[in-house]
Amino acid sequence: MRRLSWFNVTALTLGFAFLYIPMIILIVYSFNASRLVTVWAGFSTKWYFELLQNQSFLDAAWVTLKVALFSSTAATVLGTMAAYVMVRGGRFFGRTLFSGMTYAPLVMPEVITGLSLLLLFIAIGLDRGVFTIVLAHTTFAMCYVSVVVSSRLVSFDRSIEEAALDLGCTPFDAFRSVTLPIIAPAVISGWLLAFTLSLDDLVIASFTSGPASTTLPIRIFSAVRLGVSPEINALSTILIALVTIGVITASLVSKRAFVRQKNAGELGSHA
Amino acid sequence: MRRIILIAIPYLWLLVLFLVPFLIVLKISLSDFAIAIPPYVPTLDLSAGWSGFVEFLSQLDFENFIFLTEDNLYWKAFLSSLTIALVSTFLTLAVGFPIAYGMAKAPQSWRVILMVLVILPFWTSFLIRVYAWMGILSQEGLLNQVLLALGIINEPLTLLNTSVAVYIGIVYTYLPFMVLPIFATLDKLDDSLIEAAEDLGCSRTQAFWLVTAPLSRPGVVAGCFLVFIPVLGEFVIPSLLGGSGTLMMGKVLWEEFFTNRDWPVASAVAVVLLVVLIVPIALFQRNQQRQNEAGR
Repeated sequence: MRRLSWFNVTALTLGFAFLYIPMIILIVYSFNASRLVTVWAGFSTKWYFELLQNQSFLDAAWVTLKVALFSSTAATVLGTMAAYVMVRGGRFFGRTLFSGMTYAPLVMPEVITGLSLLLLFIAIGLDRGVFTIVLAHTTFAMCYVSVVVSSRLVSFDRSIEEAALDLGCTPFDAFRSVTLPIIAPAVISGWLLAFTLSLDDLVIASFTSGPASTTLPIRIFSAVRLGVSPEINALSTILIALVTIGVITASLVSKRAFVRQKNAGELGSHA
Repeated sequence: MRRIILIAIPYLWLLVLFLVPFLIVLKISLSDFAIAIPPYVPTLDLSAGWSGFVEFLSQLDFENFIFLTEDNLYWKAFLSSLTIALVSTFLTLAVGFPIAYGMAKAPQSWRVILMVLVILPFWTSFLIRVYAWMGILSQEGLLNQVLLALGIINEPLTLLNTSVAVYIGIVYTYLPFMVLPIFATLDKLDDSLIEAAEDLGCSRTQAFWLVTAPLSRPGVVAGCFLVFIPVLGEFVIPSLLGGSGTLMMGKVLWEEFFTNRDWPVASAVAVVLLVVLIVPIALFQRNQQRQNEAGR
């Protein structure tokens, strides 16, 4: 093992400083007593209390949460199916088109996806609201889920599945009792990814939401366009804190699962 | 039978909610503008069946696309989008590569922690990360305060609402997309290759350029595409950090749709943007496929 050279230490320090200092500044200024975001006037939590009394933010947060829960769950089911079809489906008519459609939304600019979905909803006369945002989010998030799940499906041994089938399982039983437990970590991280993508999305939601279905990013965006405000700093801090707790918990859980798996593997090899 | 249902459900979903919408965009981009709801006159009448389609073909006009070429605004937006995307891809690479390199050279036990630290901002709201820079770059913002206090400048600089702010915003928000693929390739790189190069008389710098740089190419290419493609259609960063002078295709599309309410022109912009992106998207997919094959 080489020691870290001064170059690498500098690169890492500067790099991580660049990534984190803006967010730290945001968090510090959310506790600023002054209305002026740039002048420090002592510690205060009043913006948090003002935020909690702001009904429009609370409503938007509720809509966002509902949309994220429904769309990430639907996206996980559809994305897992798509991944299974891609990896295990064999040949079928229009396979190339299908694989193109599962990859394309990942790189498609959001303005195009948003615009095209809106025009579809208008063409078929669907009223815009929570339901249309859920449809839109499910569509682009299922593609992310299918990428995550298919990478796991590719790397595991197909013969285990075939053994289950030989032992008399129906294909569905084999999937439920053999395949699903093995790909479960990928399915869970796919769900988490879909959930965060939905929470975060501004552009597609702006196109597909109706007047009564403002999501939190849309609400933040319209407030932020007018300039920097302490309530938004407080809101951002809460969101950053939630994500940090979530990511750290997830990585601790997956690390523990990894260690347990490794230990189990070692025990197995000793037996 | 089960298999057909399994294939059909995601297939139909994507057909109806991904492919069909594009055909509608294409159709509307060929329609005429009208002040009504919906604000366009369809030129393709599907209910008339085949004769409607023949009539559509005979009257086919590309007036919305011709309009795009006639108005300077769209050319400028198109060129400045390309410039901003290219320059910021390069800047992100310049900032991201050393970070990925440092991570790959760090002791094994650190790498997981460093990975989580790079991914964490990716999970945090994109909008909030852009917003964080609004406070830093504004006239009375922290950056100007620091520079004034240090005596580097005498008057506050105008940073917000310039293209400099757009570049900073893009590099900042897209950095994880560049660092992660490069780290993934560097992490797999066999250290003994560099040792061999050094044993054969290469200096450290030579070994880097002759061994590490060429071998990290797949990651660099993937990272560049992951930044370039979405930046070309970017809307949030130019509208929050850039001024009225920063023109980008995504922003033009948005304003054409929501402010001018000219749906046919907005659709035409979307079609042009898509055509521009087909080449990089196809190249990106080929690069990914090649990497997948090499990985097995």
